[in-house]
Amino acid sequence: MFSSTPREKRRRKIERIAAVTCFLFTMLLVVPVLAILTYLVVRAWPALSLDFILENPQNLMQSGGIWAPLVGTFCLVWLTLAISAPIGILAGIYLNEYARDNWFTRVVSLAVVNLAGVPSIVHALFGFGAFVLTLGMGKSLLAASCTMSVMTLPVIITSTREALAAVPISFRMACWNMGATRWQTIRTIVLPNSMSGILTGVILQISRTAGETAPILFTGVVFYAPVAESGFASILPYSVDQPFMAMSMHLFTLMTQVRGVSEEMQYATAVALVGLILLISGGAIGLRTWLRNHRRW
Amino acid sequence: MTDVNLIEHHFSTKNSECIFDVRLNPFRVELRSSRRELLRLVSCGFFTSSMLWTTGCAIRNSAITSIRINGSDTMVNLAQGWAERYHRVEPMVEIQVLGAGSGVGIADLADGKCDLATSSRPMKEKEFHAVVEKTKCKPVGYIVGYDAMAMYVHPGNPVKSLSLEQLAEIYGDRPQLTKWSQLTVPNCKVPPKHDEIIPIARQNSSGTYSYFHDTVIGKKRDYRLGTVDANGSKDVVAIVSHTPSAIGYSGMGYKTDAVDWLSLSVKTGGPAFSPTLENARSGKYPITRPLIIYSRGTANIDSPEGKFLHWIYSNEGQELVTQLGYVPVEQQELIQHAFA
Amino acid sequence: MRLPESDIQPPRSARKRWAMDLGESSIEMLIRLCGWSSILFVLMIFFFVFREAFPLIGNSEFSFKEFFTSINWRPTSEIRETYGVLAMIVGTLSVTGLSMLFAVPLGLGAAVFLSEFCTGHVKETLKIVIELLAAIPSVVWGFIGYMVVGPLVVEWTDAAIGVNLLTSSILLALMSVPVIVSVGEDSLKAVPDSFREASVALGANRWETIYKVLFPAAKNGLLAAVLLGVGRAIGETMAVLMATGHSTRIPHSLVDPIRTLTATIASEMGEVSRGSTHYQVLFLIGVLLFAMTFLVNLIADLVVRGIRKNG
Repeated sequence: MFSSTPREKRRRKIERIAAVTCFLFTMLLVVPVLAILTYLVVRAWPALSLDFILENPQNLMQSGGIWAPLVGTFCLVWLTLAISAPIGILAGIYLNEYARDNWFTRVVSLAVVNLAGVPSIVHALFGFGAFVLTLGMGKSLLAASCTMSVMTLPVIITSTREALAAVPISFRMACWNMGATRWQTIRTIVLPNSMSGILTGVILQISRTAGETAPILFTGVVFYAPVAESGFASILPYSVDQPFMAMSMHLFTLMTQVRGVSEEMQYATAVALVGLILLISGGAIGLRTWLRNHRRW
Repeated sequence: MTDVNLIEHHFSTKNSECIFDVRLNPFRVELRSSRRELLRLVSCGFFTSSMLWTTGCAIRNSAITSIRINGSDTMVNLAQGWAERYHRVEPMVEIQVLGAGSGVGIADLADGKCDLATSSRPMKEKEFHAVVEKTKCKPVGYIVGYDAMAMYVHPGNPVKSLSLEQLAEIYGDRPQLTKWSQLTVPNCKVPPKHDEIIPIARQNSSGTYSYFHDTVIGKKRDYRLGTVDANGSKDVVAIVSHTPSAIGYSGMGYKTDAVDWLSLSVKTGGPAFSPTLENARSGKYPITRPLIIYSRGTANIDSPEGKFLHWIYSNEGQELVTQLGYVPVEQQELIQHAFA
Repeated sequence: MRLPESDIQPPRSARKRWAMDLGESSIEMLIRLCGWSSILFVLMIFFFVFREAFPLIGNSEFSFKEFFTSINWRPTSEIRETYGVLAMIVGTLSVTGLSMLFAVPLGLGAAVFLSEFCTGHVKETLKIVIELLAAIPSVVWGFIGYMVVGPLVVEWTDAAIGVNLLTSSILLALMSVPVIVSVGEDSLKAVPDSFREASVALGANRWETIYKVLFPAAKNGLLAAVLLGVGRAIGETMAVLMATGHSTRIPHSLVDPIRTLTATIASEMGEVSRGSTHYQVLFLIGVLLFAMTFLVNLIADLVVRGIRKNG
């Protein structure tokens, strides 16, 4: 009585094929990448150790570790954040809390979208023209951080905006009705409630900053800059007006310029860079998931 | 939690001075205060550590002299090695090394963006005048070693020697030699997949690129289009080691077990020499070039740069040249420019 | 339907205290300034990049016709310097096109799978994995292409060299897929459930619902997803620098090495003397790239705005 007609069978078959195809496509994305990452780790395994992370490159960069570039990346990320986080968060607040829905706001958000879409190499050209040459910073940590800040700005703005938009409008209304001004509302109600969302966005952004190469290529990174072996200077070796080493550039130079460096070292550097970034962004994603599950509204 | 509750609390409170205090809300008190703490902690921590860093750097900077070296990618390992070792000799001198290319090093020297420029080719006349014009002093080139520019091929390649004329036909504009089968010894079959010669060159402001152009292809002819331009001296060797049909030029110091050197002769059929230390030193190998460090004016022996240059000519400095596979020099030599 | 929150403004403060007002207005000014800064930065990027390229107008060594129609890129030639970027434009477009050929079906398939066919923990896990995929930096992708994908391509195809169009397209596809998946999934999620319910009530099965109802309803979002992927692929630098072979030529097969606009800037910018024609031409390439991605993003934005209006 309920036996299916050939047409029904065909329909069901098509549905099944479509579902399987979509599944396969997803797997085609996920599996090779996981396989490649595993391969990287396997190849890097002989060279990976705690010493590899804590030692400076030694003996013509053929042995030793990645401490100097790691610290350089850390300095770069820190300074970038110090510049772009306040501007980005305030801009996000402006767009979500202050801006009215008019043409000007649309232009601002369009500018944000386009800033996000500008290729990193064009950012590099901009940084070179504006910071290195015009503002006379030279090739330095500061110039590289400024360039990087402009690049990270749109993502911080967007994520701040999303985090702020997630705070229900009723919270604000309640606060306004108690006589609080707009900034007081933002400071006491909106920001504390969206703090974690903003933090997540910023942390995710850190991970991208750590991996970028093109924008710092002409604005501050060098092949080799010595870092002290121990003491305070080994933790914060680069001052803002000096060029520095960075992980991403270090990987690039190991591949293309450093003579006689073993493949294990190259794989290990790549793994350390990916590991660092996945660790940071994994942490951010974890934080976000936890917060979503613990949201009280 | 809705706005209604908040408003209720507003009206139920007696103390009107506290209406801005959100902690009035009993349901959210714990979470909110912890979050505000977080907010404060994050911002305070951030700025304190930034301040610490800045002061730390400022204190440290006053004691340390830094020398910036930019230039040749061929010499970047050499410069880095010197920087590393010299730091042990003179801990208060920090040397930063960048290997962006010989052309850049010289341009940076003129702009004052670096103190010493490494170069794997002599300066061009235009560059010399640019330095004189911008810095008001003549650049002086110290020859710190010699390099035989080696031609690398895959170990499986049956071709073992070439002449400069043949190289010019491979790399020059409108090349006559595009297939290995035009070159190989008889009785040697080249699989069609690997028949086409893949010439590996360098990006166009590398010193190696222009030295090869001037000495092998000749000033009257351009490079061909469609060379694979590697990003560094080591990159050339790495690509050749993965690619059976490739040929590439790079410094002699970049030899690995995964690639072979070609012997070169000036004329086809003439005596061919491989780029060994002896052949380079005796000048039999046809493309040997000086490795140069340029400074603005003659480096004063008391200045940090002068001391560094002096140290390079010491046994310890020259030992590194040998270790990296280049030809060391016996004593201080200066490069002579015809136009100077 | 989301409330237009930005249009709800607080009532004027009843309590006027000059000190508070001063603090309030200064902080508000600061916030506004930061908000407007993004416009400023876009203009500044355009200004600085354009300013360096501007002297080319009227430069006798340079012709725009040659720039767009010649494949001769010989900026350091001692005979005659020629600046033709046709080969690089073709290179950029071919690598972008080929990578989209891989990325669009994969990305949209994955978006459909995530949004319609799976739920719960599987969905969350896959989404996180794809998000982490986006975090892998381009220099590492370049490394992977150079060391892992390239040799595989040489082995499996008749490629003579590992760094080529196909290798870099595969990398770019993997790099742009996360954008396509996340934007695509968002736009599918934005289709109201009532559409799905109505379709199922009419007897359509899941695939028919997706194909005949969801795709038309979400087509703008899906198109925007693809465009954002294209934008990402055009602008990518380090991975293509390392994995395209960097060879000035019009590709004749899928496995020819090529050269892209971005890689040209990256490899030559550090090495030119300031103010030379070569330097200016590199900035002109920057202007060209800026214009290309600006256009793509503008279209994507207009398309997305289309959804908001309709939806």
